[in-house]
Amino acid sequence: MIIPSIRQIVLSLSLFVLFSSTLAQETATPNGIADNRSEALALTGATLYLPDGQYLDNGTLLIRDGLIVDVLPAGDVPDGYFALDMRGRYVYPGLIDINTGYGIPAPGRPAPGSGAEVLESSGLAYNANDAIRAHYRAVQDFKPDQSRAEELRKLGFSMVLSLRADGIARGTSSLVLLGSKNANESVLLADAAAHYSLSKGSSRQSLPSSPMGSIALLRQTYLDAQWYEQFSPRPFTDESLEAWINNRSLPQIMEVSDWQQALTLHEVAQEFGTQYLIKTGDDAYQRAPELAATGASLIVPVIFPDTPEVADPFVADDVSFSDLKHWELAPFGLRLLNEQGIRFAVTSAGAEEKFHENMSLAVRNGLPASVAIDALTRVPAQMLGVENRTGSLQSGRLANLLVSSAPLFTEDARLLENWVQGERFILADSFDQHRGRYQLQAGDRTLAVTLDVDAANIEASVVDASSGEAVEGTDISVDLTTEMININFALPGDAGNTRLSGWSIANGWQGSGLTSSGEAVNWQLERVADLPVADADEQLAPEPVPQLPSPVLYPFAAYGVETLPLQQDTVIRGATVWTNEDSGTIQTDVLIRAGKIAAVGSDLDAGNALEVDGTGKHLTPGIIDEHTHIALFAINEGATNSSMVRMRDVVDSQDVNIYRNLAGGVVAAQQLHGSANPIGGQSSLIKMRWGQSPQGLRIEESAEFIKFALGENVKRSTNPASVRYPQSRMGVEQVFIDAFSQAREYEQNWNAYNALSAAQQRNTSAPRRDLVSDAMVEVLNGERYVTAHSYVQSEINMLLHVADSFDFTINTFTHILEGYKVADKMAAHGAGGSTFSDWWAFKWEVREAIPYNAALMQQAGMVVALNSDDAEMSRRLNQEAGKVVKYGGVSESDALKMITLNPAKLLHLDDRMGSIRVGKDADLVLWNDHPLSVYALAMTTWVDGVAYFDRERDQQLRRDIVSERARIISKITAE
Amino acid sequence: MRNISMIVLASLLVTAMPGTMAWVPTPAPDQAEPIAITNATIHIGDGSVINNGVLAFDQGVITYVGTDANRPEFFNHQLINLQGLHIYPGFVLPNTSLGLLEIANLRATDDVAETGDINASVRSAIAYNTDSELIPTFRFNGILTAGVTPEGGLISGRSSVFKLDGWNWEDSLLKADAAMHMNWPDRIRRQRNETTGVFENSDNPDYPYMIQMLNSLFQDARTYNGSPLNLNLQAMQPLFTGESKLFIHANDARDIIASVQFARSYGVTDIVLVGGRDALKVKDLLIAESVAVIYESVHALPAQEWFDVDEQFKVPFQLHEAGILVGIGGGETALDSQRNLPFFAGTAAGYGLDRETALSMITSHNAEILGVDDRIGTLITGKDATFFISTGDALDMRTNQLQEAFIQGRMIDLFGNQQALYQRFLERYSTLPMEQ
Repeated sequence: MIIPSIRQIVLSLSLFVLFSSTLAQETATPNGIADNRSEALALTGATLYLPDGQYLDNGTLLIRDGLIVDVLPAGDVPDGYFALDMRGRYVYPGLIDINTGYGIPAPGRPAPGSGAEVLESSGLAYNANDAIRAHYRAVQDFKPDQSRAEELRKLGFSMVLSLRADGIARGTSSLVLLGSKNANESVLLADAAAHYSLSKGSSRQSLPSSPMGSIALLRQTYLDAQWYEQFSPRPFTDESLEAWINNRSLPQIMEVSDWQQALTLHEVAQEFGTQYLIKTGDDAYQRAPELAATGASLIVPVIFPDTPEVADPFVADDVSFSDLKHWELAPFGLRLLNEQGIRFAVTSAGAEEKFHENMSLAVRNGLPASVAIDALTRVPAQMLGVENRTGSLQSGRLANLLVSSAPLFTEDARLLENWVQGERFILADSFDQHRGRYQLQAGDRTLAVTLDVDAANIEASVVDASSGEAVEGTDISVDLTTEMININFALPGDAGNTRLSGWSIANGWQGSGLTSSGEAVNWQLERVADLPVADADEQLAPEPVPQLPSPVLYPFAAYGVETLPLQQDTVIRGATVWTNEDSGTIQTDVLIRAGKIAAVGSDLDAGNALEVDGTGKHLTPGIIDEHTHIALFAINEGATNSSMVRMRDVVDSQDVNIYRNLAGGVVAAQQLHGSANPIGGQSSLIKMRWGQSPQGLRIEESAEFIKFALGENVKRSTNPASVRYPQSRMGVEQVFIDAFSQAREYEQNWNAYNALSAAQQRNTSAPRRDLVSDAMVEVLNGERYVTAHSYVQSEINMLLHVADSFDFTINTFTHILEGYKVADKMAAHGAGGSTFSDWWAFKWEVREAIPYNAALMQQAGMVVALNSDDAEMSRRLNQEAGKVVKYGGVSESDALKMITLNPAKLLHLDDRMGSIRVGKDADLVLWNDHPLSVYALAMTTWVDGVAYFDRERDQQLRRDIVSERARIISKITAE
Repeated sequence: MRNISMIVLASLLVTAMPGTMAWVPTPAPDQAEPIAITNATIHIGDGSVINNGVLAFDQGVITYVGTDANRPEFFNHQLINLQGLHIYPGFVLPNTSLGLLEIANLRATDDVAETGDINASVRSAIAYNTDSELIPTFRFNGILTAGVTPEGGLISGRSSVFKLDGWNWEDSLLKADAAMHMNWPDRIRRQRNETTGVFENSDNPDYPYMIQMLNSLFQDARTYNGSPLNLNLQAMQPLFTGESKLFIHANDARDIIASVQFARSYGVTDIVLVGGRDALKVKDLLIAESVAVIYESVHALPAQEWFDVDEQFKVPFQLHEAGILVGIGGGETALDSQRNLPFFAGTAAGYGLDRETALSMITSHNAEILGVDDRIGTLITGKDATFFISTGDALDMRTNQLQEAFIQGRMIDLFGNQQALYQRFLERYSTLPMEQ
């Protein structure tokens, strides 16, 4: 027990007098005579939950005018306080839900469109993008909603953060109290926090159309705000930017859907020198270590998944492995976050009436109760900077109290009262004090009766007076209110019930009634003894922390593992080694050390390295897919020029296609933006480091790339309703010329500004940073390479001319199915080609695509790669390479290079990947057969010397998946 | 008796190229004289191989398969010495929209599906376009026969089997109206939950209605007596007499059970399951009901994220081991990729199947499933001389190099538009000064 020192009490009292007050609308005129009061209450005898997480038994809580005055140990109630007996009750600070839409009209949904793009904003004096709603203030819409307030109070909340979940910038939320007062007296903070998300909400505009587009819009808006605020007067009126600028000093709350977005948005926050409080989904525990490393605080729901349908084994197969694991581990999620030292607040959103049940389960599963309580009191108060006003039982805090029948988040706990700034709401009657043994005297009958309490119900039974055992054949029911009692009972042989009504007296109840035969009786129920009490200390005693039922896997998916495979020094002996170097294909040994190829040669001294027998097998450099869309949450952003979006913002490192790629010998890939627009987004280059976070997949210090696209897709050929420019190949050229011309001008403006002295710069406004033009300038300056989706010869030739006229080089034409028709021009320009082996005919512009394309482009002197653009094909790119031997007679060693060294060259990774040479990355594949054969299987795939795929281990993982599924499904069916 | 070596034959072909620049190759003339091919590695298509084999054919029909190169009747045969090259039965693509579809996103070129739910009467036979630009690319890889299938609705219509060389659909037909196609409706729909954004399975609310539509069709077909005339009910009749097969398109295990039992309950005699993703789960039913399977999705991703990485690749082997008649198709692959049928079989051969059995799955098994095994599918005396010569293993893309191909003894032109374009630009670049 902690007893505050007198000094602390005095100090806090004086602070209270100086600074604190509750909310009272002095400006309002009452209808009637003045009703000003000073309410002073002393809650006595309760067990109080103190800020340090300890309980004060039999404490006294002093309240005056809606504020906590003091917390005292047992003793006399000071003069002037009306004492309320709270014996047997547990009193907590009222709970705070930091993520609700309470009292705010729900945002509308955009009406379904016609298929034509909506490119204009609403036209009001707000942002050019309707999803930027920084100007929105919840306080202007907030109206207390008593029925919803009651629901929230029943969950224990006395205060919530009300936000309108609409838009990418959502404006500000209000911190409001859940009492019966009007808005004037319920709003504690009008602008409590600024909110953000990746969802454009009710905006009718077509853009952004993807999460990476949303992130790009966020970035641009940060920059726009910086630019806009330089001006006085402003260059134009944008109330959203104005508000954005003002909102920067508030807590910044970002809502994301999963842990991968959380990590990404944390990076975005860092780019702009801010920090988000991140509202996550229910999966945050699946990557707790990485989330902890960000240092960000989280707002997490307590949603546990519904039990999967597994009774029918045919249906059960459709339940994913991760869903089964999530079902089992989600109730341990909060504990896992806590164990990583993550500071988090909890929201009831999504759990609603299951909130307490779920919290109790989380606590039973090892979340310390004090952390659970903090997550709903002190932590949200701190997040909003109001810890001096609420969130704990200390003097000066609002008298927001939650009264419980037992320690919070234990199974027995029932919420009895919820006080909101001193306003008392009874949630449930408590009859716990009536538990006991009684003697019932009704007319000439005397019965021994016990009254017990189970949850909210009185359980009465007729017992044997000496043994206390229930008497067979008797029936008794007791219905109790705070004012009245009603008893019905029947003994063996009675024709019906004896019915009694009455009122309480000092030691029980008395009253009158009728027997089963209709005779009037007087009666008395007198307490004779207590029932044994559950020991409160026992209830508080920490239960042993249960074991996790199964480990968290990395990734949290099928083929995930508990601990990631590590780099291991390895020597592969006697394989047929396809070096892609001058030495050609030779039978030799290859030594891997520290993730690099350390030696190639016969009879290598490998020290302690793991020996792998390569006899009869083939060792090749790992396959590099120049064009993939696996492991991405989204592919296309819809703007004509989307150069500002970054595919690295939407990497899904848990996509099983990464593992399937490894099983097909793929070690790395360029994740490209789609082809919905002439200028697509910035590429992400990854290695298939299965199990790592999105950040962990990145190829470090790689060159930067961007997707361009030409032809049918960018002119929206399959959407007859489309109105977006361009609608013809003629317009496509103009898009490029325009974008590069603007970028030139943009660069000149910046160069001129940067050339100014510091003093001059102070007197000049800086040009606007434009992420679209930034990327285009990088292209012009050779700092960002172009991968251009293209099919027919006319458009290829066009882009060559555009690039030549702006003096840069198209790095790679991808798809490039008519490349064979202008291969000489591409070779002269210096472009490479990354093509399909044999795709064609699926649309008009590929009608003259021929499978000899790769051979012809190579013959013309281009660097040629074969890519997949397809999750299925990517896992057998070696077969695609085999096809160019069939079509066009490419040599086998050149064919292999088209999926290894050549894509490495096109991606500017050939200094470290793509061939088996000492010093290069140990990205290798051991095949059981000729690597271009249709029969060849990858036996082991190494990335950076880590065997991320191994066929033997794969067999074990399959068995593990089957047995783990069976275990969890048995658990479900046993429930 | 004239002896021609294969090498000479191939070089004749190359020199002939510039002259044959037609958009689609001209159909081949009938076999003019008997031919005996010797010194060949003959893949019969039933799992066996004859080394140093001899294959003779006359008037489009195989007259001899064996090892005796000196049979007296060869006196008037053109003799071709293959010097060990391979002979394969023409591959059979069992379920395709080839000839009905040219370019998927150009509606004008799409004749794959008729409107409506019940289209028993429609026939692919009369819509098959012999001049499709895709056909030469299929032949180039050894596919010489195709089951051309209408799609869409619950009953899509009737498929026919075509020889992939001919002046018109009529001449190209190998078997008209070979099968009726039923698409079993999905009982589960996968839809995006608008609140959570997650894709979820839910019961298809239209399922009972669709099943009732099928029930009433089959009931009415069984009692159909010609009056009043109903073209759909009339078209159903061969299903009950064994003249036509019912091809059921279904993948989900429960759909397979429901649809097979449905067909049996109406007395359909010959049932083939097309798709068959979950066939292994219900193999005992398929065996008991003698249902063959066209496995459509070798080059596809596993249906669930937790399934074995190589699930699709090994199912043909597993079904075969279970005793089911399995053919490999490519119907779930984009039409232009279906020319890779031999490599679907080759991939499956990497996962348990022996190579000759894998070959059977795209030759004799498919022929049997389509009901044309009396004519094609294996290289045995009396069957059509529909085969090709490859320099190497035709299931492996590296070595699938066709020298010649014959359909009913007619030596077809393998040189298509793609080869013509290749030739044109090969020459262009060999005469241009190139920057290297």
